Parts: sequence; C-alpha cells; structure tokens
Amino acid sequence: MPQTYHLRVNGESREVSVDGDTPLLYVLKNDLELPGAKFGCGLAQCGACTVIMDGAAVRSCVTEVRSVGTRDIVTLEGIGTEQKPHPLQAAFIAEQAMQCGYCINGMIMSAKALLDRNPHPADGEIREALAGNLCRCGSHNRIVRAILRASKEAAT
Amino acid sequence: MNKVLTRREFGTAFGGLVIAFSMGPRLAAAADGPPRLPGTLAANKRLDSWLRVDPVGTVTVFTGRVELGQGATTALAQIAAEELDIAFVRIRMIPVDTSHSPNEGVTAGSNSIEMGGAALRSAAAEARAILVQLASEHLNVPAAQLMTEDGLIFARDGARKTSYWELAAENPLDREATNSAPAKPVKDHRIVGQPIQRLDIPDKVMGRPVFIQDMRLPGMVFGRVVRPPNYGAELTRLDDAAVRKMPGIVSVVRDGRFVGVVAEREEQAIAARAALAKAAVWRVPASLPDAANVHEFLKTRPGVVPKIVNEKTGMAAPAMKTLEAVYRKPYLAHASIGPSCGIAGFIDEGLTVWSHTQGPYPLRTDIAKVTAMPPEKVRVIHTPGAGCYGHNGADDAALDAALLSLATNGRLVKVQWMRDDEFGWEPFGSAMTMSARAGLAADGSIVDWQYDVWSCTHNMRPGNRSGVNLLGAWHLAKPLARATPAEAPLPAGGGDRNAVPVYDFPNQRITDHFIADMPLRVSALRTLGAFGNVFALESFMDEMADAAGADPVAFRLKHLKDARGRAVLQAVAEKANWKPGTKGDGARGRGVAFSRYETTKTYVAMIADVVVDRTSGMVRVERVTAVADAGQTVNPDGLKNQIEGGIIQGTSWTLKEQVVFDKERIVSRDWVGYPILTFPEVPVVDVVVIDRPELPSLGAGEASQGPISAAIANAIRHATGARLRDLPFTPERARAAIAQI
Repeated sequence: MPQTYHLRVNGESREVSVDGDTPLLYVLKNDLELPGAKFGCGLAQCGACTVIMDGAAVRSCVTEVRSVGTRDIVTLEGIGTEQKPHPLQAAFIAEQAMQCGYCINGMIMSAKALLDRNPHPADGEIREALAGNLCRCGSHNRIVRAILRASKEAAT
Repeated sequence: MNKVLTRREFGTAFGGLVIAFSMGPRLAAAADGPPRLPGTLAANKRLDSWLRVDPVGTVTVFTGRVELGQGATTALAQIAAEELDIAFVRIRMIPVDTSHSPNEGVTAGSNSIEMGGAALRSAAAEARAILVQLASEHLNVPAAQLMTEDGLIFARDGARKTSYWELAAENPLDREATNSAPAKPVKDHRIVGQPIQRLDIPDKVMGRPVFIQDMRLPGMVFGRVVRPPNYGAELTRLDDAAVRKMPGIVSVVRDGRFVGVVAEREEQAIAARAALAKAAVWRVPASLPDAANVHEFLKTRPGVVPKIVNEKTGMAAPAMKTLEAVYRKPYLAHASIGPSCGIAGFIDEGLTVWSHTQGPYPLRTDIAKVTAMPPEKVRVIHTPGAGCYGHNGADDAALDAALLSLATNGRLVKVQWMRDDEFGWEPFGSAMTMSARAGLAADGSIVDWQYDVWSCTHNMRPGNRSGVNLLGAWHLAKPLARATPAEAPLPAGGGDRNAVPVYDFPNQRITDHFIADMPLRVSALRTLGAFGNVFALESFMDEMADAAGADPVAFRLKHLKDARGRAVLQAVAEKANWKPGTKGDGARGRGVAFSRYETTKTYVAMIADVVVDRTSGMVRVERVTAVADAGQTVNPDGLKNQIEGGIIQGTSWTLKEQVVFDKERIVSRDWVGYPILTFPEVPVVDVVVIDRPELPSLGAGEASQGPISAAIANAIRHATGARLRDLPFTPERARAAIAQI
C-alpha cells in the first residue's frame, strides 16, 4: 500500500506517496521529475543511477524509498545551475568527457563523493573510486582528466 | 482507436526535449538521375528538406543522421555554418523525425560525415549561392560583387545590404538541389577543423532531460515485456488472473508468445513483469549449439557457400616457407549502458513512436508492416538513447511500446527493457572463424595470401524488403517472418568487411563463407566483420614477419604502397619510439597493427604496450599510441574521441568479452556475466590525427576497433612468446598459451 514519505532532496523537502519498497530511482525520475539519475541495470552493478546520500555515493536503483528516512539526498540536478555549474560539471564540459553521456550522472556523482572526502585524489585513486561505474563508449580517460581538472580548479 | 492527445496539447505539455510539430517541408522524391548529387542529397533533393532560413536570424538544419553520442550532430552543424558563412551559434539542429527530416536511412557504417556531411555541405553551399543571387536582384548588384558575413549580404561599397533573415520570407530554398555551388575553399575555413564543443554535452552534465529514457509525457503509462526463456520457447500456459489484480495494472497483453504488461507506475510494471514471468509456463527446447564448439558448428551448417570475393594473380618468386593459422572471435554484445527504450501512442489518428533507433525511416517501415498501418500514419521521432554501437534493442523496444499501446487503447506507453532483456535478446555480433595461409619467398616477402572467413550475417536491421526484423513481431500469434539474411557487397561488406588486405601481395585469394543460419540472434555490431578480420589479418602479418625474421613495422611497410597507410605507420612508430629488434622481457611487450577501415575509410595505425602476469595469465594493456588519417577533419576533438573510445571498447572486447550460453539459454544476462573493461584496467590512450584538409573526410567512428585487437595479440606474443588466436584473451587462455611455450 502506498505511504507518504517526506524526502529531503537537493535541499528541499519533497513529499511522495508510494509503496515503501519502490526504488528511490523511480521516485526521483517519475515523481520528482529529476531525470539525472539513470536506470542502467537495477542491480547496483553499473553506477548509472548514483546519487549522494549523507555524503556517500549510493545506487538509487536498489535503495528502497522507506530506507531513506531523513537523510539528505543530492542528485545531479542539485549540484549546480546553468549560471553556476559545479566545478565537476564545468570540467566535464571543458574536457568533453563523454560520448553518449548515459553513464555521466554516475561519474559526476561518484566523483563528487570522492572529492568531498579527498579533494586532491591521484589519477589511480580516481580510477579505483570509479571502478564500479561502467562506461561503454570508452570515455574513461577523459572522465579522469575532468575530475583532476575539477579538483585543481576547486583548489585555486 | 482513441485519440489521446492533440498536437497542440502535446506540444505544450512536454517542454524538456525539442519536439517540432511543424508539417515541415515536403520530402523529396527518391528518384535518382542527373544532376549528380553528393552523398544522400540524391535521395533527398529538395533544399528545404535540409535547410530552413529563419527570419529570427537562425538556420534550421534537418539532418537525417541521428545523434548516437558520437558527436555527428555537432560536426554536421559545423559544416552547415561554414558553408552558409554564419556563426556556429545560429545553427539549430532538428532531431530526425519521419514527418519532415530527409531520409538518410540508417546512421551507421561511419558514414555520417563522409556521406551525410557531403550532402549537407553541398546543400548549404547552394543555399548561400541562392540567397546571394536573390540579394543581387533586390540590391541591383551583380552577385559576384556581393559578400556574405554571418548572414549579412552586402556590396563592396557597404551601402547596399540585406540579410538571409530578411530574404527568408521569400522561401528561397523552395527548390531542388543542383550541386552547382562550389564548396568554400579550405583556406577560408573558420569553423570546420575547429574542436568546437559538442552541442549535447551541457544538458547531459546538468541532468536535464535529454535521453528517451528521461521522457515523461502527460498520461503516459509504463510497459514491460515478459520474454520467453529462449528463442524457440513456446508458451503453454499463462494464468494472469493474479497479475491483473496487482496495484496499478492497466492491461495485461498476450498475443501468441508476446506477453506484456502496462501499469500506471514504472515499479508496478516491473513487479507485474516478475509476477507474469513466474506465472508463465513454457516449453523450452534445447536449441542452442554447444558453446565449446560453436565455431565448428557454424562452419558446418547446411547452405554455407564459399564465395571468392577478391582474387589477384601475378608473377612472384616461389614460396620457401608457408604458414597457416586459424583465429576465432566469439559472439559479442553491444552491451549499452542504458537498456533500450521506446515510447508509443496514438496522436492525431496516427501512431507516434519515439525511439533511439539508428534508422527512423526503416523502423517506420517495419512498424507499419507489423501494425498493418499505412507508413504515413506511423511517425517515428528520434530521441537519443545510450550509446548503441550498432543494432541493439532500440528498434525492438519501439515495437514493444507500439504493440502495448495498441493493446491499451492507444495510450502513451513507455517501455524500457530490463538489464536481462537487453543482454538476452539484443542481436549479437556474430561469432567468426578466420583462416589464413601465406607463403614467404626467399627475400622475406609474402608472395601468396589465402584467406577464408566464416560468419553469420552482420545486418538484420529493420527496413528489409524480405521480412520484418523486429523481435516482438516474431512472437505474435500470427508471427511475421524475419528477413532473409544476405551478405553485403564489398568494399563495405559484412562478414568480409576488411577481409581484403590493403597490402600489396602479388597473389591473393579472399573467400567469404556466408552462414545463412543463425542459431543466436545476430545483426550489426560496430565494425561488422572488420573486428575479426583485422584481428586475424594483422595478427598473421606479425606471424609472417616473425617467420621472415623481420621487424613488424618494416615488414608492413615493405608490403604497403599506399602513401597514407605508410604515413600513419611511420608516424606511430616514431610517436611511440618503436625500436626494431627490441626483445620482450617475458612480461612486457609491444605490438603494432594497422588498417584502413572498410579499405576505403579512415587509416589507423597503433602500438599497444602490454604487461602480462605469467602466473595468473592476466593481461594489462598499459598504453596505446595511435595515429589516424580521416582526410579533412571536421572536429579534431570529436575525431580523437571516436578513435580513443574505439580503442578502449576494442580493448574490452579483446580481453574480456564473450556472450555466454548453454544449450537452452543465453547465460550472460548482467554485468557480472558479461564483464567489460573498468577504470583501473583502461589503458592510457594517445591519439595523433594527421589532418588532410584538402582531401574528403573519411568515416572514422569504427576505425580503431579492429587494429587494437591485433596490436594487443602481437604485444602479448612479443612479451611472452605466446601467440593467442582465440578471442577473448582471458587469463586462462593466456596462461595456457604461455605454459605451452
């Protein structure tokens, strides 16, 4: 049976009425009109659905909405604006760090979680942090360059 | 059939994606004839089917090429802006829509710039000439004395002037193309050749709705399909009573063995799919071949006919040494990160379908056949999806949405395949066997080259006259027959793509054994047969070099007259600091490979550096250095991105990938069963482009995939002495090969 959940998303309080076992991904996409997170596998294997909850990158495709509670959810839409994009968003544009871009939500959100705890990661640390995020187009090296660029720009 | 939304209601309801509802200019007749028009212009002659000058100061471009994440839209916009002499930002690219876009068939075969770009360049140059001529009449100044800059048309005195935007009201492009205007001289190019940032990237990094998977339409409901356990399974019983009572269910659809469900909410449709799958009882024949011997099985199918596709005889010294080797490639999956998606519904008495298909028009043809509707009542609108790398489930998902919509009063139904649908049902790239035999003369040169390739078809796309190539259509109670597979002629070819060497051998015979049977569903995967053929050809070139005691780079150059081919090989040797005679140290080694895609497109040479763990057999590709010549480069960063991406994807194919199946089912149904290369495993890739602005642009999107497989094989041999001829190079295979030395 549907229940009402009060979620904290991108700094706002949002109310949804859904079954408790609904994956957070569908609530974001279909109820809250936040299409940034993508359905890739529904199995927590690819990372396309990544969002940040209380500072940690989580897979929204396997996160039941009832498990979220009062935790702060940040999605790709919530980290920057057109006028003031997040340094990662600006860096992904500067490095043209994608081909199709379907995985990019997960790349940016996983990278944000990484930079928030380790502002100046080495190349290898970035690759390890993104080991669970799959890219099929072969844009990996551009993505790593974009994250390095964002980490440098945040420092200046 | 219920009318769900009017165009007006629809247009106002959905603002996130560009959806143009204009009737658009008339489509050109597809008749061929003089004048000779370049690329796809011949099939779409009307200039206003390509370009529209807008009074507000923009030019709208209707391309028939779809954006697949390959950056084609941006490069085409560059070409249009350049020839029209307007700022890049004035171009508006309209996604392909069968209600008004030129019909450019399928966006595939690395043809968007080579063919689509040639057509658009000609149309844009002619549009500019027409506008100048019109201005000449208005201003009373001979056209030759008029100049253009960013849409302004002015006489040399500067006093008399007008603009494209002022002339727009006169419908200047309401006519057929004649290819009469010369293209802009290369020395005047300001936009073509520049690394202009892609148009689609900002929306993608901001999380705006870009992909079909992001689309939400008013009144839209969610569909899922329950596929059979395997290709030939029959549905013997389906008690759907309990599923119909599940929350949010709008309809349960069964037509033969096509079973689907539509629900108000997406997670409800997913839950109902799982419940339906449990309720369904199937008879499952053990119809798949033995995976361990699949290559031999395919070669011995009835009806495999050898066809000599290339033969050359000439004078040559006798062969002193003859080598023979057999190479194999497994079935490969497209493995798109985003499972396929389709949306369909009845709007204005017709069926509107949104799809990330590579061929909106061919898809329309097949959907019209399945739904028994006239094609003009079916409208297909391209909306980007995840990278497809060929014919994946996109078209099938579109038909799924159409069938579920038809069974649900024409409501707008969105279907996204689940991960296991994609891996289980997409058409794979065919398994292949390549056999090479060559003779070496006393002087160390190849005097005779015999090559045989066995492959199933690489093209079972929709739009084929001989049948319907959409999955759902085969499962209906009255199934539609799939098309008859056929081999495409060279130089593009299919299974024999790139089977003909670019090298100059005095004698050669290339034989294509086309396997009409297809025990696993197959169709076009990036490069078609070229990946397997270049892997074999370039591996065997190294084996021959070994036998001749020659350096692999020098050995290739010795057999290659083509100046551009020589240039990329020499450049990559220099760039990677190739040193002839250097021995691998047991663990580290490097290998070279070269090809010209389709033998007519982009040249690529590359050198791979690998490290092999002799104990585990784990192969790590550390670095790849590549040099590409794609003729005139429209967007150098876009070109590098394609070459780079192909190398990384090709490394993944080479080291890790194969479709796993048993006698009954496709077993590799998720990313654990079908692993791909991950960040820590990705090589450093360094791409150098040789720009040739004076020469035509060549297709590049698939050019680097073939050579990387052979470069890795050759590097492993160099490092360890072990020659791997069966893809993929798993640790078990590498370990076994090393143990045999």
